[in-house]
Amino acid sequence: MAKIKGAVTVNVERCKGCNLCVVACPTDTLSLQANEVNDRGYHYAYMSNPDACIGCCSCALVCPDACIEVYRVKVD
Amino acid sequence: MEIQDIIRPENKVYSAPELLDQNVHMHYCPGCSHGVIHKLLAEVIAEMGLAEKTVGVSPVGCAVFAYNYIDVDWVEAAHGRAPAVATAISRLWPEDVVFTYQGDGDMSAIGTAESIHAANRGENIVMVFVNNAIYGMTGGQMAPTTLVGQKTATTPYGRRVDLNGHPLEITNLMAILDGTCYVTRQSVHTPANVRKTKAALKKAFQNALDKKGTSVVEVVATCNSGWKMSPEKANEWMAEHMFAKYPLGDLKDVK
Ligand SMILES: Cc1ncc(C[n+]2csc(CCOP(=O)(O)OP(=O)(O)O)c2C)c(N)n1
Ligand code: SF4
Ligand code: SF4
Ligand code: SF4
Ligand SMILES: [Mg+2]
Repeated sequence: MAKIKGAVTVNVERCKGCNLCVVACPTDTLSLQANEVNDRGYHYAYMSNPDACIGCCSCALVCPDACIEVYRVKVD
Repeated sequence: MEIQDIIRPENKVYSAPELLDQNVHMHYCPGCSHGVIHKLLAEVIAEMGLAEKTVGVSPVGCAVFAYNYIDVDWVEAAHGRAPAVATAISRLWPEDVVFTYQGDGDMSAIGTAESIHAANRGENIVMVFVNNAIYGMTGGQMAPTTLVGQKTATTPYGRRVDLNGHPLEITNLMAILDGTCYVTRQSVHTPANVRKTKAALKKAFQNALDKKGTSVVEVVATCNSGWKMSPEKANEWMAEHMFAKYPLGDLKDVK
C-alpha cells in the first residue's frame, strides 16, 4: 500500500513561536524549541518528530507569519 | 526515506505566498489573526492573477502597515474612511479590484457611516472586516463588537448593556442593504476554516471583477494580546464565545 510521507521547513527568523502550528498538527510532528531562540528571541517551531509528518499542510495553513512550507511524497 | 529526499522542489505542496514579502517582518503579535488573513489575501490575489490590478485601502488599527506586507498597490486611509477612499479609487479605476481592510473599530465605530453608505450605494468593492471585538492597536479598549461581559481596558468588569449598549452586528446590517451582493462571516482558527475564508475571499474578488456590487467578508478573529490570552487560548475562547453572537456562514449570496 502506498504511504504518504511529509516534511516541512520553518523559516526560523520569521517564526514568532506562537505555537499555533503545533496545536494544528494532527500527528504531533512539531514542537517549539525549548532552549534555542531566533534573532528576535522567539522559541521557533521545528519538526521534533519528523517521521510522523504526513504533509497535510494544517500547520502551514494556520501559521500567521507564513513561515512553513510543506513537502509530500508517496512511498510504495 | 530521509528528510532531504522529501524536501525537494518537485514534492512541494505548500509555498509561502509570493506577494507576502518574506524579507519584511510583520509587526503583529505572535499568533495574531491579521497575519493569517494577510496570507490568504496574498494567495488569492496571486492565484487570480490580480497582482497588477488590485488596490488595497489599509485602515487605522493594527493593520495600518498592511501596505508594507502585501505587494500590491495601496492607499492608507484615515481611521474609518477606507470605504470612502475605496469608493473614489473604484470609480476612477473601474477595471481595478479595490478592497478595504478594516478592524471592528474602523468598520463599526468611527467608520460606521462610510462603511454602511458604501455598501448601500453598492460600490464595486470588497470589504474585509477583521472583527476581533476590541481596539487592538490602542491597547485593548472596548469596541462596538465587544461581547456582553467581555473584559477590556475600558470595561474592566466586563461590558454592560445598561452602560455600554449591545454588541453591534454590523455585518447583519450590511446584508439587508440592496447594494451588497455577498456578505459572509468566516474565521481562521483551524485549517478547515482557513480554507473556507480563502474561498470566501476568492468569491468576493470575483464579484468585484464581475461588477456585482459590494462584498463583505467578515473574519471573526482574535486579539490575543488585547484579550490577555495565549494565541491558542484566544482561539478557544473565540470559538466558545464569539461564534454564538457572530455565527459563521453566508448571510447573503446573490447569484
Ligand atoms: C481619527 C482617529 N480617532 C482615533 C484614533 C485612535 N485609534 C487608532 S486605532 C483605533 C481602533 C483600532 O481598532 P480596530 O479598528 O478594531 O483595529 P484592530 O487594531 O483591533 O485590528 C483607534 C480608536 C485614530 N488613530 N484616529
Ligand atoms: S504537514 Fe501536517 S503532519 Fe506535517 S507537520 Fe504540518 S500539520 Fe503536522
Ligand atoms: S505557526 Fe508559524 S509563527 Fe507560529 S510557531 Fe508555528 S511556524 Fe512559528
Ligand atoms: S494587539 Fe491584537 S490585533 Fe494587534 S497585532 Fe497584537 S494580537 Fe493582533
Ligand atoms: Mg479590532
